[in-house]
Amino acid sequence: MSFKRKVLAASIALALAAPLGAQAADNAELAQIREQIKQMKEGYEARIQALEKRLQQAESTAGSALDKAGKAEEKAVQAAAAPVASPSASASAFNPEISLILSGTYANLSQDPAKYRIAGFLPNGGEIGPGQRGFGLGESELAVAANIDPYLRGQFTLAVTPEDTVAVEEAFVQSLGLGNGLTVKGGRFLSGVGYLNEQHAHTWDFVDAPLAYQAFFGGQFKDDGIQMKWLAPTDTFVELGAEVGRGRNFPASNRAKNGFGSAALFAHLGGDVGVSHSWRAGLSMLRTSPRNRTYSITDNLNVAVDNSFRGDSRLEIADFVWKWAPNGNPVFTNFKLQGEYFRRHEDGNLTYDTGAASAGTGTDRYTSAQSGGYLQGVYQFMPRWRAGLRRDQMDGGSVDYAANSANLGQAAYNPSKNSLMFDYSPSEFSRFRLQFAQDKSRPEATDNQMFLQYQMSLGAHGAHKY
Amino acid sequence: MNLIKPMKWLAGGLLALLSVPAFAALNIFACEPEWGALAQELGGDKVSVYNATNAMQDPHRVEAKPSLMARARTADLLACTGAELEVGWLPILLRQTGNPKIQPGQPGHFEAAQYVHMLEIPSRLDRADGDVHPGGNPHIQTDPRNIALAADALANRLAELDAANADYYRQRHGQFAARWKTAVANWEKQAAPLKGIPVVVQHKGFPYLENWLGLKQVAALEPKPGVEPSSAHLSGVLAQLQRQPAKMVIRAAYNDARASEWLAERTKIPAVALPFTVGGSDRAKDLFGLFDDTVQRLLAAGR
Repeated sequence: MSFKRKVLAASIALALAAPLGAQAADNAELAQIREQIKQMKEGYEARIQALEKRLQQAESTAGSALDKAGKAEEKAVQAAAAPVASPSASASAFNPEISLILSGTYANLSQDPAKYRIAGFLPNGGEIGPGQRGFGLGESELAVAANIDPYLRGQFTLAVTPEDTVAVEEAFVQSLGLGNGLTVKGGRFLSGVGYLNEQHAHTWDFVDAPLAYQAFFGGQFKDDGIQMKWLAPTDTFVELGAEVGRGRNFPASNRAKNGFGSAALFAHLGGDVGVSHSWRAGLSMLRTSPRNRTYSITDNLNVAVDNSFRGDSRLEIADFVWKWAPNGNPVFTNFKLQGEYFRRHEDGNLTYDTGAASAGTGTDRYTSAQSGGYLQGVYQFMPRWRAGLRRDQMDGGSVDYAANSANLGQAAYNPSKNSLMFDYSPSEFSRFRLQFAQDKSRPEATDNQMFLQYQMSLGAHGAHKY
Repeated sequence: MNLIKPMKWLAGGLLALLSVPAFAALNIFACEPEWGALAQELGGDKVSVYNATNAMQDPHRVEAKPSLMARARTADLLACTGAELEVGWLPILLRQTGNPKIQPGQPGHFEAAQYVHMLEIPSRLDRADGDVHPGGNPHIQTDPRNIALAADALANRLAELDAANADYYRQRHGQFAARWKTAVANWEKQAAPLKGIPVVVQHKGFPYLENWLGLKQVAALEPKPGVEPSSAHLSGVLAQLQRQPAKMVIRAAYNDARASEWLAERTKIPAVALPFTVGGSDRAKDLFGLFDDTVQRLLAAGR
């Protein structure tokens, strides 16, 4: 009703403006025009009143019309009952989806986090350890994503660390609807190996990454490269993927060469068992050939030295996740069991004390065969509340430093960790978590850890991976 | 780096495990059971329908499970509600399956909400208001007139995608539309005593049903859409109902019964679990059963 009136008013205004602007000189003509406009106004006013009257009549008979009317009329009658949506027509309608993750922790650690190490596993310069003591901001993540055109989609995720450094977490372009089950992704992205690797930290069920992820990836493995995935045309979920990349992260090393420094293959299998159970299992392998992969460590003479590794690193991962939700509805209760097993072989040359700060530089063969993994269960026992338990177990395996063993060799040790968490999610966009952990990743001390964490998701809500 | 050999081994081993899906003219992936049932009514034996969710699942809280990924890969047509009901999982399926037929804008991407008049379109968008959908309330399937509108559009879509069987779909649609029209008139006649009765809903999932039968929603147990009922809010609703009584408390089959049972016990009004979609009750075996049962349950409670 008011809409029609506005249209009429607008057309009147237009009718007014056009002649006035064109010929404003002649007074007599002006008067004539005014008279005409007055007549037009009166005419329209009368017509509007008549229209309104008819509309009122139509509305009053709407009930009976409903019974008799065909489908088109039904829609019109429904229309009278609700406001009409107007699509936003501004240029900003094409702005990408923006989302922001806010997180923060309070940590109470019985051991000094500066001395944290996973004994027996080469330091990797990644995000290992429980973080800082006391209050601390977690990583804030800003993500921007949009379809680029009918063929491609782009996503950009910026991570701002509590130390005020900014890092490109992910920046990739992905194919849209390529067909034949193929998807291609290029840029910087979280690798598809393992299960947890592809999941963003804010979707994890515990405050920190499992020890295996910390020891073998320094957190998560993300590389600059290209990924190709193929989904089989079968009722059972079968996905095969391959990646090649620069190798900018541990266990690879950034090298100034043509070609690629890392390559990964993975296969995922999954499906349902009845309506209440679903699962996914996978096998992955990651091959890298680090050149001059440096790390700092305290040697057996108790001096801080820099070492360098050059050789081949082969990693295999077996992963599975099983989810239960009664009738497939996870709202009230649900359970998730997940586990991953990592096995790594490294073979190459290790240069000890590159800066000749201790017993003098020396290069000899280095081989290692190490493994580790975790098993965790998370149970939602009532809406919004969950409890979870995780067991981390690493196997120091065999490490052979050859001639360097006098300076670097260590007694065998198998790091382990137990974590217990409770979380409360007021909505699907917010979560508060309490976590206790007993971290035995070094033989000299057990670190008793307590964390309080919040994680918030603002803005566009990206769908979560399985 | 010798990667070729393990890759071959892996691919070979996995391919051996595969089963080839059954052949039908059109593979339809239905996001919700009502659209699966409608596609089956219209498509008959020319279509193979896969229902991604069931009536006991909260349609807002579905996961992009591996099984859904596999089925979306081979789908020729998605039959979904739209209006962002599937926003939490469907985009992942569309992206990760790389199936060009079902991408938004393609004929294989059918959203029923585009063909009906949407109610409860929010005038402001703020997550503080709970689970609001910018396109309006997405639970359109509770009004049978919406089913009819969706059927018109879906029949056209089937005929477009599978032109060889276009006449078959049109004929089936003609039969369905006629039966549906009679059935709707019948339900409306039966439900006439329900006009104007005050009801309480658990989730704001029934505006289309209310609009159709003239039910008057006086309160909702969820303080905001998608927010679990709190005891403080329930006490408020109870106090309100003591001043201004309602006839019944309505919930969907997938809703937790506790809040509505609690209120029903204190206000001495019946709590009604409506099937909400096909499969939501024993009698709601198909679309006709869905509304037969819905109307019967409302009438039984309204007596």
